[in-house]
Amino acid sequence: MSTLRFLLTLLALVCAPLVHAAEAVPTAQDPVAQSRAVRLSEQLRCLVCQNQTIAESNADLALDLRQQIREQIAAGKSDDQIMQYMVSRYGDFVLYNPPFKATTLLLWLGPALLLAIGVIVLARVLRTRRASAQEVTLSPEERERAARLLGEPPKETT
Amino acid sequence: MNKKLLIPLVVFLVLLGFLFAGLWRDPREVPSPLIGKPAPPFKLTQLHDPAKTLTPEDMKGQVWLLNVWASWCVSCREEHPILVALGKTKVVPIIGLDYKDESSAGMKWLTQHGDPYTLSIVDRDGRVGIDFGVYGVPETFVIDKSGTIRYKQIGPITAAALEQKILPLVRELQQSS
Repeated sequence: MSTLRFLLTLLALVCAPLVHAAEAVPTAQDPVAQSRAVRLSEQLRCLVCQNQTIAESNADLALDLRQQIREQIAAGKSDDQIMQYMVSRYGDFVLYNPPFKATTLLLWLGPALLLAIGVIVLARVLRTRRASAQEVTLSPEERERAARLLGEPPKETT
Repeated sequence: MNKKLLIPLVVFLVLLGFLFAGLWRDPREVPSPLIGKPAPPFKLTQLHDPAKTLTPEDMKGQVWLLNVWASWCVSCREEHPILVALGKTKVVPIIGLDYKDESSAGMKWLTQHGDPYTLSIVDRDGRVGIDFGVYGVPETFVIDKSGTIRYKQIGPITAAALEQKILPLVRELQQSS
């Protein structure tokens, strides 16, 4: 009797997660639309918590914007149109991948510029160092003295 | 002295200048692309009379403020006394947009804290908020006679912001036809 009860309890425990899983309803019926919505929301910044995308964020605004994206996809809008919708309301800052234009020139070219300056400075430093480390020619007397100091027998030739 | 030695110092001072300026900038303040553009159209029901609606067209011909607030918004309490005082002066009509809020909670909040608004409207699902690029309540828009957004205050209105930016702008816009 107790064995049966044990088995029943075991069965109930094993089934519990399964029952729970069955309750989860897919958020969107269409997997293509769903993947588009995810991809778009991964490219948009949540303005409430600025270092998260609206896909990651659980801020109210992010939920609303994800909803907006799904609705617009359902309405047949293109990806560009949806991005434009966001930019026209929140500015370029919503884009994790900011556009290349006059105001973002420094943002895009700044690192390359710094790298170029670094390379130039490095090249100059190396050149001056090489110039200063040029081979020193010794006079015969100096050479002899050096050899003596180093404990080598002085050579016959120069 | 070798002039070359001054270069790192100059670079350092420039960097210091940038960092120092950064101290006074709020990274949460994102410039709105809507400045200089017409206010997005909407048609929202009024908080105290759900049978009536308001659209930006109704405000054409006058300079007005659109204050986005909610009863759940903590920093709205911070700016509210300033709005109440401004409402009493009747210098400029203030339209209150109750953002993502229960109407009953909104009305209760206004009776508790005072109602500075010429009119209150309800944006239950936050759709109009998105059209206005709202991302942090409270936010306040200055809209001119033609219905163009001229200024956006992100976060609570401070006494300084009101005196130095909002009121001078409102007066200027009221004078121009």
